[in-house]
Amino acid sequence: MSQVTAITAADEIEAPGPGWASRLARAIRRNPTIVAGGVLLVLLIGLAVAAPWISGDPFKQTPVNRLRPPSEKFWFGTDRYGRDVFARTLHGARISLTVGFAVAAISSVLGLLLGLLCGYFRRIDAVLMRVMDGLMAIPSILLAIALITLTRPGLAIVIVAIVIPEVPRIVRVVRSVVLAIKTQPYIESAISGGTRTTKLLARHVLPNAMAPLIVQATYVCASAMLTEAGLSFLGAGVPLEIPSWGNIIAQSRDFFQIAPWAIFIPGAFLAVTVLAVNMLGDGLRDRLDPRLARRL
Amino acid sequence: MSTDALTKVPHPVPLAVRDLVKHFPVRSGLLQRQTGAVQAVDGVSFSIPRGTTLGLVGESGCGKSTVAKTVMKLLEPTSGVIILGGVDVTHLSPAAMWAHRRRIQTVFQDPYSSLNPRLTAGEIVGEPLANFAIATGSEQKDRVAALFKRVGLRPESTAKYVHEFSGGQRQRLGIAKALAVSPDVIVLDEPVSALDVSVQAQVLNLLIDLQDELGLTYLFISHDLAVVRHISHHVAVMYLGRIVEMTSKAQLFRGPRHPYTEALLAAAPVPDPARRRLQRVVLAGDVPSPAKPPSGCRFHTRCPLADAACKVTDPRLAEVALGHHAACLKRPAMAAV
Repeated sequence: MSQVTAITAADEIEAPGPGWASRLARAIRRNPTIVAGGVLLVLLIGLAVAAPWISGDPFKQTPVNRLRPPSEKFWFGTDRYGRDVFARTLHGARISLTVGFAVAAISSVLGLLLGLLCGYFRRIDAVLMRVMDGLMAIPSILLAIALITLTRPGLAIVIVAIVIPEVPRIVRVVRSVVLAIKTQPYIESAISGGTRTTKLLARHVLPNAMAPLIVQATYVCASAMLTEAGLSFLGAGVPLEIPSWGNIIAQSRDFFQIAPWAIFIPGAFLAVTVLAVNMLGDGLRDRLDPRLARRL
Repeated sequence: MSTDALTKVPHPVPLAVRDLVKHFPVRSGLLQRQTGAVQAVDGVSFSIPRGTTLGLVGESGCGKSTVAKTVMKLLEPTSGVIILGGVDVTHLSPAAMWAHRRRIQTVFQDPYSSLNPRLTAGEIVGEPLANFAIATGSEQKDRVAALFKRVGLRPESTAKYVHEFSGGQRQRLGIAKALAVSPDVIVLDEPVSALDVSVQAQVLNLLIDLQDELGLTYLFISHDLAVVRHISHHVAVMYLGRIVEMTSKAQLFRGPRHPYTEALLAAAPVPDPARRRLQRVVLAGDVPSPAKPPSGCRFHTRCPLADAACKVTDPRLAEVALGHHAACLKRPAMAAV
């Protein structure tokens, strides 16, 4: 095993190529899925951020132009109120990406903290993991419907509703990694050297648990976007007037046979976004896993 | 914390252990009730005078490393007493033990997994200095550089990561980290068994030099008799959680009194083809499970001398000659004849 370590280590510190172009080419050759997923995602984020400037008003209704197929004027056609599907789809990307990243970020932070506690302190573990099992059993769609009937519908509520069942998934991953790290000799070595628990967790355990956490976060991000679209489609997500992909699809389903573009185009965007995030996650997993196997 | 204990002159016996026991519970069934115990260490006593090395030898699985971890308080002892520089640390909580960790440091067996792969060499060696507020900032950097130099590493290599060092260099790094807090005792848990023979000698000689220079006390754990012979002043032989023989190095290698030690010495390769071994004791069978140790003498299942009495009576470690302890029913009798 030490031999494998030595070879990969030498591989990683090999001299940089002659220029950025060849280095880029090598990066693409080595991690095609990371690069493909990353490029797609950056493109989508760019479109979402630039939406107000590159597309028209997503709310403007022009009944004269209702249910128009894609054309030079309306790239993605119009819906039943004559709203521009291009503008609505790009604005919908903002909702989807916001929900995806917010859910991934919040559940990662919570999951990391709870996972560290569960993995490192056995007494907390026994109690907290049963709570996590309970949370994991709640279907996020039902929870969201319940929360939204109790409060005002809104983006924040949707995010909270998706975060709650996602946290245990992160906790499980972090906990299992921490359990493995805890038995590593370098932890005992640090304790012998007088490193106390807080510093031990922050400096020795946490950095070594980051790689699997990042991978898991990408999956959570993708699944959150799908759940949000599902919730919006069912009318339990973000308020109807906000053009999220789920809402656009839901509002266009009555006219599916006349104006299929109003369903297929936001649907395709959703699929591509989820695919991009998943590709990034898969690529990262493949890239990070051999090192993980080496350490654990 | 008891600062007075830390500033006192070094104790003549920096590390002593009395009847140390470490049992790992075996749990089974639905309710996870304890149904047995792995008796990894079962009544070990020794004391190491200042500036000397006690070699602890035995087969793998005999409890050597458990002794090391328990003495370091990385494992909670089941019973017994650990006296560190005259202070009983046996039942100190992790927080109370913290102050005493300055007195005892450790070097681990595997130089690959005992150093955090995400820290630089300088950060690893500097961490104990920061933990005990011994040195910070540029003073810490100077101390780290001096430690690097002392163990034979280039001071410029502090910015390198662990994977950029060779096995021997990593072990030097481990030694530098152990030395950082100026301990009295260093527990060396198979520090050279993962290294090449030529590198082993370099590291062993470094350890011997450091001991002479700093008056360090070593508990040196190994399965390699040649290595133990090179570095130890006294040697304790462990079998199945117990010390079966303990004496000075010279006496042990000249005249072992326990049949297990005899077998170990006979099994060690002799690096001289001209010197042929006349009698060879070959042990039959495997080491019994420490979860179900044999009755009577723990060695009777494999001992060439064992008789009915050995299956019943558990021999205690007794002085068979001046400064020579062995735990064998057969041998004191033979010595008396």
